[in-house]
Order: sequence, then C-alpha cells, then structure tokens
Amino acid sequence: MHEVSIAQNLVELALQAASEKGIRVVTAVHVRLGALSGVARDVLEFAFDVVVEGTPLAGAKLVIEEVPVKVFCQHCGEERPLAEPFRMRCPACARPAEKVVAGREIELHALEGAG
Amino acid sequence: MAGGEGTVIAPRIVEVRQNVLKKNDALARELRREFEQAGVYVVNLVSSPGAGKTSLLAETLARLGRRYSVAAVVGDLATDNDAARLRRSGARVRQITTGTVCHLDAAMVRAHLEEWRLEELDFLFIENVGNLVCPASYDLGESLRAVLFSVTEGEDKPAKYPPIVHTADVAVVTKIDLTEAVGFDRERFYAALQDVRPGIQVLEVSVRTGAGMDAWIQLLERSYHALTRSSPKSRL
Repeated sequence: MHEVSIAQNLVELALQAASEKGIRVVTAVHVRLGALSGVARDVLEFAFDVVVEGTPLAGAKLVIEEVPVKVFCQHCGEERPLAEPFRMRCPACARPAEKVVAGREIELHALEGAG
Repeated sequence: MAGGEGTVIAPRIVEVRQNVLKKNDALARELRREFEQAGVYVVNLVSSPGAGKTSLLAETLARLGRRYSVAAVVGDLATDNDAARLRRSGARVRQITTGTVCHLDAAMVRAHLEEWRLEELDFLFIENVGNLVCPASYDLGESLRAVLFSVTEGEDKPAKYPPIVHTADVAVVTKIDLTEAVGFDRERFYAALQDVRPGIQVLEVSVRTGAGMDAWIQLLERSYHALTRSSPKSRL
C-alpha cells in the first residue's frame, strides 16, 4: 500500500507545477500509470481523494491513463506490446526480450484547469 | 500568474510530464554517487515477510565482517528486534522503523546513515521491509538489488510479483535445506523466474546448513572489488 506515498508525491508535484504554470484552479490531474509500475490504480484513486483534501487540489479529478508494457525485441529489432502476465518474451518470435521500453511509468502527465 | 483583471479565464490543459517519484530518484542518484565515491558496495535485500532476509543478512555480516567493514540498516514497521539480532555479528546496525509505511525510500536511508562515515565502510546492506510490491518502486541508491524467495513460498512467486523481479539484479533462493520437505519444484520455479526476468542470475542458499553461502559471499566480494577498482578507496 505505497499508493498513499505515491499520492502525496503526486499532489506535491502537481501543486508545484500548477504554481509554475500559473494555473489557479486545477480541475483535473492526468497521470500515466504503467502496467509494470507496481501501483494499483483503484488504490491510487482512493488515496488521491484522501490526500487532496484540505489542499488547493481538493475536488480535482484524477484521470489515469494506463500504459501497456512494451518490450524491445533484439531479434526482430522492433518494439512489441506485451500482454499480461508479462512473460518477457517477444510475442512475435518468442525469444526472451527483457528490455522494457514502456510500462513502468508513474508520471504526472498534465494538469487541467483555469487561471 | 497569468491573466490580469478583466481577462477571460479559459480552461486549459498544460503538459507537465514529470516522474512522480523524481524526488526519490534524484536523492537515490545522489546516494549512489556518494556510495561509489566512498567505495562502499550497497545491497538492497527485498522479499516477502519470512523469506529469510534477516537470517541471510546475519550470516553474511558474520562472514564478511572477518575481512571487511560491514554495516546494515534494517526496515520494519515496528520493533528493533532485527537490529538487535544483527548486532550480535559485531556489525554496525541501525533500525529504520517506518510506522505504517510498507517500504524504504532514499530519504529514510540517508537519514539513518548520518552517524556513519561512509569511507570507513566496505559493505552496506539495506534490509527492506518484507513486501514484494511496494519496495519495487523505490530506488535506494543501491549497487545490487537482491530478491529473495524461500522454497516454502512455492514456485510461482516470481510470476505473481513481476515488478520487483523486474528491478532485481540477482535472485536468491533461500531455505534450500527444506526443498524436499516442502516439495519445492525447482524447474517450475526457474521457468517462472526466467519468464519474468530472462537471464537473471540465481543463487541457492541455506543459512542453516551453509549450502551455497560461499557462492553468495564470493559474488559480493567480486562485486565489491570491481567497484573499488574503478574508484580506488583511500584507506586511513
């Protein structure tokens, strides 16, 4: 349950970014969450709502975009999407492909607001 | 702040694109640099509760402590039982009590290193909170992340917890003296592990019988010498 820590970091970062970009009222916080990030989406949503209370972000919506896992297959020379349960093998040629090029993200992607 | 009085406030979307854990990652990078400069090899031990981190660590500290200066920080939600147990090896040990937090982060590690001069250490072990989920996200500046699986946990743990296996440098199978007793299927375990992390190095140990301990210690010593060769340590 490190989603509370993640939510705290996220809110801190969002507040800082909002102030830098001159957004006075934040209505939505857009996050990209990798399937291999180790963060549970629903727990993060719950934690976010708790953590924003009493901050200028209170009432802002958390919008999560899930990022699928993508590996780079050296044999094919291509990036390939990987389905769960994440066997690190190229879905096309079945050779081991351990280089993860996407799917680990815990990223504050954008802020939506006014001001 | 944009928009003076009288201007229309239009809704907008602003791209930020920042890693939520960037503060931890930055601090971990700083720690890693400090560790390297001080010539201290740092191992982060992660596993589920009860896999045998503390037993392995106690034996490792005792063995390495004969020739090297070793220290450990150990994370738990409560009690300093592990630190007390590990101190019997003669090593310097500090307990990190996290309260309700289920993982260690770089700031906690840094705060517990303040009393020590890193230059005086050869090895620093960080025993993470027993948890196969949350510690995966937090870089602690370690040189090596070792994930432990005990034979009593069954064969499919690696398949169930891909993120931590994915960030590990080496896997250590513990309690192998119980392999027969619990019917641990080695081949299934290796297949599950290699599926999630192809090519990962695996060691098998039993702290109780001593099996495999030499190989584990040799791996640590070799890695330490590789580190200190690249950044020679000025001994006092």
